[in-house]
Amino acid sequence: MTHLFEFLLRQGDNALVLGHRTSEWCGTAPALEEDIALANTALDLIGQTQLWLDYAAEVEGAGRSANDLAFLRDAYDFRNALMLEVPNEDFGRALMRQFLFDAAQVPWLDALQGSSDSRVAEIAAKSVKEARYHLERSADTVIALGDGTEESNRRMGAALTYLWPYAGEMFADDATDRAMREADVAPLPSEIRPAWQSKVEETLGFACLTWPVSDFAHSGGRSGARHTEHLGHMLASMQVLQRSYPGARW
Amino acid sequence: MPLDTAISEAKVWAWLDKVPDPEIPVISVVDLGVVRGVEVEGGAVTVTLTPTYSGCPAMAVISLDVETALAREGVTSVTIKTRIAPPWTTDWMSDAGRAKLEAYGIAPPQAAGGPERCPHCQSTDVEKISQFGSTPCKAQWRCRDCLEPFDYFKCI
Repeated sequence: MTHLFEFLLRQGDNALVLGHRTSEWCGTAPALEEDIALANTALDLIGQTQLWLDYAAEVEGAGRSANDLAFLRDAYDFRNALMLEVPNEDFGRALMRQFLFDAAQVPWLDALQGSSDSRVAEIAAKSVKEARYHLERSADTVIALGDGTEESNRRMGAALTYLWPYAGEMFADDATDRAMREADVAPLPSEIRPAWQSKVEETLGFACLTWPVSDFAHSGGRSGARHTEHLGHMLASMQVLQRSYPGARW
Repeated sequence: MPLDTAISEAKVWAWLDKVPDPEIPVISVVDLGVVRGVEVEGGAVTVTLTPTYSGCPAMAVISLDVETALAREGVTSVTIKTRIAPPWTTDWMSDAGRAKLEAYGIAPPQAAGGPERCPHCQSTDVEKISQFGSTPCKAQWRCRDCLEPFDYFKCI
């Protein structure tokens, strides 16, 4: 497995797993406008997945398609950050997660626009516009709910406490990251952290929420070594059609 | 078949200008700015399309509608290509398209990030309901004067 393939899987799997989790809200969100917003956000993420995994499949050159990568790999072959696979739980956690991801994704995709790999730069240029739009909404919602009622503030605090130990993995550099940095394909994830941190600090301040004390970060999602038990359950429902009826088409 | 059977780029553009957007049928795919190029080589036509949003579900239908429209004009060899760079922006929408959108009840995109006025009563006293709307390219707004909700074509 080449570093570039691994890198592309990480981008595609992040978008796919969060896109699928977000799509789980379709028809069940707390308000019609939120239902539509979540479905549209999911759609953007699945669209981005298509771009990343198409390219990943080409780079791999093993005859697999983007659909094969999405629907026929098992949990240990996924390369998404752990934070994106944990269950939605409630609207507060879903939006807090979207915010923590968007706040990292905007500077990340912004930097990828200058990638030495022209395909990566093109996909980033297309995606960053959508990510900026997502961040506007997720940050606004985190503030509205954090600075809302006692109940909504309590739930946003609980969401932050739950998600925090997973957030740090997004910025933990490894051999693949260093190889991509060396080839000027991408910056190191750790280089994005300051921009993320200042956006998160500012937003949590407006949202009457406290920056968590601990810096402990779980790892294992981006490398595939240790996913949570939740990913397999999610894939079971996401992949059931292709697993049951291989090659089924619309 | 008419006698003048030579296919030209100009003809193809004119044919495509009659292909409606599947979700906003008052504007054509050319008005929308998703047709990025037309190449004619002998009888073979290549049309390059770009998606508005990367997950826009209308893209598959647009490709099919383009193929069908060209087939109806007698083009037997059609290739559809997709290109994402440079990314689509609302600046590519034609002025004719903007006017048609407003007449249809959808406020056209504005650089300021919100609609200039209510497409129903032209009042400028409008407010946002939601950043997202009935399709990936729209947001929901409301007029404080006539109280009607309306779609706003997002500016990206």
